[in-house]
Amino acid sequence: MPKVKIPRKSTAIDMTAMCDVSFLLLTFFMLTTQFRPDEPVIVDTPSSISETKLKDGGVVLLTMDKDGRVFYSMTGKNTRAAILQSMAGKYKIGFTDKQAKNFEGLESFGVPIDQLPALLDMETEQRKQFKQSGIPLDTIKNELVDWVETSFEAYSEEKGEVPIIAIKGDGKSNYPAVKKLFNSLQAKNFNTFNFITDLEANPNKKPSQSSH
Amino acid sequence: MAEMNTSDSGGGKRHKGGKRSKKMSTRVDMTPMVDLAFLLVTFFMLTTTFNKPTIMDVKMPAKINDIKDQTELKASESMTVLLGGGDSIFYYMGLPTDPATVVEQSSYAADGIRKVIADKKQDVIAANPTEKNPDRLSVLIKATPRSNYKNIVDMFDEMSIIQVRNYALVDLDKTDQGLLDKKIGISAPPASN
Repeated sequence: MPKVKIPRKSTAIDMTAMCDVSFLLLTFFMLTTQFRPDEPVIVDTPSSISETKLKDGGVVLLTMDKDGRVFYSMTGKNTRAAILQSMAGKYKIGFTDKQAKNFEGLESFGVPIDQLPALLDMETEQRKQFKQSGIPLDTIKNELVDWVETSFEAYSEEKGEVPIIAIKGDGKSNYPAVKKLFNSLQAKNFNTFNFITDLEANPNKKPSQSSH
Repeated sequence: MAEMNTSDSGGGKRHKGGKRSKKMSTRVDMTPMVDLAFLLVTFFMLTTTFNKPTIMDVKMPAKINDIKDQTELKASESMTVLLGGGDSIFYYMGLPTDPATVVEQSSYAADGIRKVIADKKQDVIAANPTEKNPDRLSVLIKATPRSNYKNIVDMFDEMSIIQVRNYALVDLDKTDQGLLDKKIGISAPPASN
């Protein structure tokens, strides 16, 4: 009697379906992702137990580095365009179309407004090299509060809701600089802040783990 | 797979009726493509979810122009935390003007200031057994010019860990500075403005 022949099956699987799915996912993630914007300074934020995430739109971000320089940024290209226009009117500084376009793409900056046109004229690489002095927030010349106020106006006009103020401070920045920032905001009745922090373990949830 | 379909003139097989091109399979090996696609999917997945920073919501007291709007604080239900330079931390209970007030030193460690405040909170609750809202501890955080942003955020964080509802960041005054100077023995630079 002849042996029973077991038919040899090919080990190759049809990958078309898998490929379809993976590319579908890839497209989805590619379209939804937002890359971290370029920041002019590196800031080492302190940590807290808060688990609230920063929302996507409507955030006025004030970054303070360890030397006390303050940088400003606002979400939304259209909002930024409106803010620049309004600030240009307030300070009587003309911006060319190219500069306005650059400002829409600029994420975060920290120069006095009279230096802003020069900063916007720079190429991206050049801008990275340039040492920005921070936005002035003295009692005599408080441009930062103007930027924040203008952002609130522009955003409420566009979206009909109030943006939030997020403060991203370096753990090493000293208290007088921080106080100056708080005081100038509080003077204009901005009393609710959101500190951007790193996540750390909550000792109430895990009593065995200690923070710090 | 990706070989060129060379003419079969060299082959021994001859089909009748002249030349006929070899039939190639239309199936392509998709494994590397899938590999690459999943690598990218993983990359984008990780960058999207981990990009969002966490935030800590802080409400600062609004400016009060009228002294009538200010609330009085019981000395037995308040404590003051003084943030010094070099991550040092001091505290005292009650009023700074009271001669019996003693400034104690503590630390940012878990068994340091957190334990002190939590104990004080329990004391305040125990002292008001008949009250509906016995949890009336108020913590005043006074930062010296030598302290830094991290100290403040740490203290706010402690407040949310211990669940102290009333706390505020207040300016350091002369009495506090005097108490602190007496405690550490060296004079810190006076607070600006």
